[in-house]
Amino acid sequence: MLNFLIRRLFTAAASLLGISIVLFAVLALAPGDLFSELITNPAIPPDVIESLRKQFGLDEPIHIRYLRWLAAMLQGDWGYSYTSRIGVDQLILQRVPTTLFIVGLAQVLALAIALPVGVYAAMRPYSLFDRLASLLAFIGFSLPTFFTGLLFILLFSVYLDWLPFIYRTNITATGWQWAWEMFRQSVMPITVIGLALGASWTRYVRSAVLDVIRLDYVTTARSKGLREHVVIIKHVVRNALIPVVTMVALQIPAIFGGAIITEQMFRIPGIGSLLISSLLANDTPVIMAVTFVFAGLVILFNLIADLLYGWLDPRISYR
Amino acid sequence: MAGLTLVSPTADGGTLPKQISPARDAWRRFRKHRLAYLGLLVLVTMVAAIMLGPWLWRGPINGIDVGARMEGPSWAHPFGTDDLGQDMLSRMLYGGRISMAVGFAAMLVAVLVGTLVGALAGASRGLVDGLMMWLTDLFLSLPQLPMLLLVIYLFRDPLKGIVGVEIGVFLLVVSVIGGFNWMSVARLVRAQFLSLREKEFVEAARALGASRMRVVMRHILPNAVGPVIVAGTISVAHAIISESTLSFLGLGFPPDTPTWGRLLFDAKDYLDIAPHLVLFPGIAIFLVVLSINFIGDGLRDALDPRRVI
Repeated sequence: MLNFLIRRLFTAAASLLGISIVLFAVLALAPGDLFSELITNPAIPPDVIESLRKQFGLDEPIHIRYLRWLAAMLQGDWGYSYTSRIGVDQLILQRVPTTLFIVGLAQVLALAIALPVGVYAAMRPYSLFDRLASLLAFIGFSLPTFFTGLLFILLFSVYLDWLPFIYRTNITATGWQWAWEMFRQSVMPITVIGLALGASWTRYVRSAVLDVIRLDYVTTARSKGLREHVVIIKHVVRNALIPVVTMVALQIPAIFGGAIITEQMFRIPGIGSLLISSLLANDTPVIMAVTFVFAGLVILFNLIADLLYGWLDPRISYR
Repeated sequence: MAGLTLVSPTADGGTLPKQISPARDAWRRFRKHRLAYLGLLVLVTMVAAIMLGPWLWRGPINGIDVGARMEGPSWAHPFGTDDLGQDMLSRMLYGGRISMAVGFAAMLVAVLVGTLVGALAGASRGLVDGLMMWLTDLFLSLPQLPMLLLVIYLFRDPLKGIVGVEIGVFLLVVSVIGGFNWMSVARLVRAQFLSLREKEFVEAARALGASRMRVVMRHILPNAVGPVIVAGTISVAHAIISESTLSFLGLGFPPDTPTWGRLLFDAKDYLDIAPHLVLFPGIAIFLVVLSINFIGDGLRDALDPRRVI
């Protein structure tokens, strides 16, 4: 177990390193640097800009600059935001929990939809339920999250006036009142992401269960006299989940993409909306750091998926 | 003379079925997938509307009419008007051209890059293969939307200066969306290569003295076309959603270019007074994406000759 974990951590670190190279290359390839805007300012003589460049090491070759940047990032020196004047790391730390809260609950919701619907549809392939579920799944993942979000706001906030469409962090209520307010304001964003995810996961679950359910060992389990729900839950679903975990791991980048849109739409103070606002404000240090954090989160969740994979499939685990 | 013995009593060998070409067979199979057929009809209708619409519906896309702000659908303006009194139908017809063009062009980029990487990895073994697959896995674990936003943020202004605003953004959006979307094609092509290069017909071609290039171009790639077409179809839908997302976040095409995502971005502030501004572009995106997804599903069934339908 420990051996597997250590090896997997090494792979994760290598991926993170690869992503940091890509990120830095993109930044370096982009024309202009932090001081090129100063050139247009007549009050600053060119030699001042040159010396500034030298002072910040911008005249050095690209690999040296990359190593310096990496060393600074590793030491926790993520720079300062241009607009809000606080450390980028602090800014991001404030925002990450909200994103994880929304994305995590959306995944739980998606699983709660996809698992029962997918399994039931696969138990009765081409039945009315299966056809209906498949049609709804197609509709679900063809609906862009920004459109579903607007439709939800239109229906539940504008017409029915049940739910607020702006996420507030300064709720003064306490106890049950607070929980109720939190529920009311986060149910729409979570549902928007959860439904889109659930739709595509349903298809994975269905096809994975279909692959497994006709195998001989399932017949054996039935003929041993096990009850149907034991056969399905303990024998079929556990094996069917293995390919599902792989597909879900591949989708993790898209999940965070969906979170960006939803956070922006419902004004949720997560790292997604931080990315958009810093893009609109040309706040380069924050943009770089947030993109890097997104990459880190994707790799973290891939790591979790891999560990799950090992737990689900004892044949491949921990070797 | 064992070869002359019939394998089964019903196989009398005399009445061969009428020869039909693979394309015709695929079309026959495709039509059996009713939703895919319906999707194709919807998509063709929408593409025709976008291509011919500006000749049939001659409203200007930027004719400001402050007297008719945010009106609902009427005979004069079938899709209503926006906050400046501009006709939504003509704006949507124009924007649809851009959304579709981005979708198809980005698909071409994705298929081209994906086929190249996949073929390179599949045709060579060892180091090149490993390197290509490492690259593919790296791109798969990149957070796509943040990277998309980052690249557009960094390169938009310089490119604007070189080739003009609309073409610059178009080239950028297409290459970036395509450039983050080729991985599934690459994996499919490589998988096809790995299984096909061990088959007898490839071995026969090699034994006849065909060069590596000829084996790849004539014998392996044509056999990999089916899965690539399916993946390409799905990636059109993906690209259309990506472009709309960028525009919806206000970071895609410039404000005066009414792509469907941009129309949604502009409309979201008037959700309570003019919901039709949201519904029409949203439904257009949804219908196109849904049709393309169904077509992809139908093609998957139709292009696999082993599958019995």
